[in-house]
Amino acid sequence: MATIIWTTIGAILTLSVYSFLYKDNPFYKFAEHLVVGISAGYYLVIYYFNFIQPNVVAPVFLLRIGNEAIGLGSSMWWLALIPGILGLLLYTRFFPKFGWVGRWSLGIYVGGYAGLGLSPIMQARVLNQIGANALPLTSITNVFLIVGLLGTLTYFFFSMKHKGVLGVLARVGIVFLMVGFGASFGYTVMSRVSLLIGRVSFLLHDWLHLI
Amino acid sequence: MRRVFHILLVLLALIAPAAGSLEALEATPIIEETEPVLLDVVPPGPPCSLTVRDYLENSDFGDKIEIEWGLSPDDGSGACDVTGYILSRALAEGEVGEVLDEISSGVTRYIDESVEPGVEYYYNLVSHDGTSPSGRVWAGPTAGRANLFQWSRFSVLVLMVVFFAMVARFTAVAGKGAKLFVRRIPGLNAIEEAVGRATEMGRPVLYVPGIGEIDNIMTIASLNILSHVAKITARYDTPLIVPTARAVVMSAAEEVVKQAYTEVGNPDAYNPDNIRYLSDAQFAFAGAVNGIMLREKPAANLYMGAFWAESLLLAETGFEAGAIQVAGTAMVSQLPFFVTACDFTLMGEELYAASAYLSREPKLLGGLKGSDWMKVVSIALIAAGIIARAVGLESFVAWFQTQ
Repeated sequence: MATIIWTTIGAILTLSVYSFLYKDNPFYKFAEHLVVGISAGYYLVIYYFNFIQPNVVAPVFLLRIGNEAIGLGSSMWWLALIPGILGLLLYTRFFPKFGWVGRWSLGIYVGGYAGLGLSPIMQARVLNQIGANALPLTSITNVFLIVGLLGTLTYFFFSMKHKGVLGVLARVGIVFLMVGFGASFGYTVMSRVSLLIGRVSFLLHDWLHLI
Repeated sequence: MRRVFHILLVLLALIAPAAGSLEALEATPIIEETEPVLLDVVPPGPPCSLTVRDYLENSDFGDKIEIEWGLSPDDGSGACDVTGYILSRALAEGEVGEVLDEISSGVTRYIDESVEPGVEYYYNLVSHDGTSPSGRVWAGPTAGRANLFQWSRFSVLVLMVVFFAMVARFTAVAGKGAKLFVRRIPGLNAIEEAVGRATEMGRPVLYVPGIGEIDNIMTIASLNILSHVAKITARYDTPLIVPTARAVVMSAAEEVVKQAYTEVGNPDAYNPDNIRYLSDAQFAFAGAVNGIMLREKPAANLYMGAFWAESLLLAETGFEAGAIQVAGTAMVSQLPFFVTACDFTLMGEELYAASAYLSREPKLLGGLKGSDWMKVVSIALIAAGIIARAVGLESFVAWFQTQ
């Protein structure tokens, strides 16, 4: 009985979302507000138990998660205070006089992540790509790939006007980009259609038992 | 009679094999002359020494320990009967632990590549002659430690130094007021046109900074463009709605928009309620933005930043609502949807270039110029790699294939 009720609720919400295809209406509004509200509450709990409790609350207040003591006996527990305080500083924007303090947290957060990302990006997206594209020009495929790469890199060169040879190469690059986008578009549409099939199957099989 | 016949049959069956074995006995000599088998009960001498240390010869992540030993006196000399060595590893002193490997005779070095960084291990080694093992020699404890300098990533350092030198040079030049040329990006004109159209129609501008976190470089570039857009809307007194999917992005967007309105001299027009946090959930966010498009009817939709599967949902709804749409993202998988459903699209690096072009900030211009010339360096290196491969210099190409 419970299964039937939940399946019916799921089916009604699915139909409410699909009603958007006709036009905006109260059913869609209800489904939209429901999912936004539920997800806000859901993520609050997820963030607390996955990040705040194990990384800040537990080390500072010597709590336990399961049988494992978090932070007990650790002399570095105070390190957990740093992200905790930085997080709290974000709330200073509620006090206009001290709102600027919250920028410190943002600055550390953005700067830290940018710095951490530099070396891996240079390695994975530049160096390894250089190595992978230094191909022997012994096949049509390799020649094609190198021409496409050269054209695409030229298209994204902003320091000179795209005229003359640069213009021709940039045009070649944009052709390669568009061919790639077309292939990607078709591939993704296929996967979206499979999602639609899943929903229709839910409605006709799980809910109505017609198929 | 029948009983007697049965008894005779049984007797015959018993006699026949016996007769056969008698013939065999006559054919074979009674005492066979064979070589005497001597059982080797004397174990070989143990390895002379055993030393373990952290592997240092090449860069590692602390996941290797080097083991060296002196050959057994019976390996290659003495009884000359050592067939190999058995190396074992344990976590506690005095324990034999698990067998790590069986190593051929004559070998004196082994690299254990299966250690946990920072964990202390004890090693022991025996030599054997195929029948009996020698006494055990022990060594340890030793732990693997990551090398201070990863030589295997030296190429990354070299390219980063080159890149930063170029960025620093261009930033300094831009800082001195020199006009650095950056070609006009077509989609940028469209942003101003879109905001102007919204102003004429008396409807708001919707700016979606993607669903990436603030650490995403696309989100950062998007906030730079948001600053430019906010200055235009502040100048025209057009409402600007910025829905966000991340709380920290919302804080940053608030700062950016507020700052832009103040710089233009219209701080009263800034409405904090228009910078909204909707939901962290991808499709809840997409659904809510779709609702804004249909109910608040923005005349211009600007999508700049990191987008995933929600890109087509947003762009298609905006198209249906009749808004002029400009998108910009470096997410290759989502670009096709924006190219299809939007009026203008900033593709890939154009998003980053746009923020530098619009702000004319020396640091951003330096970064853009640096990355431009880095592309030239990359093309030159690829050309050099192709030539190197052609002449058999594979090591040149391998230099780029870092782990």
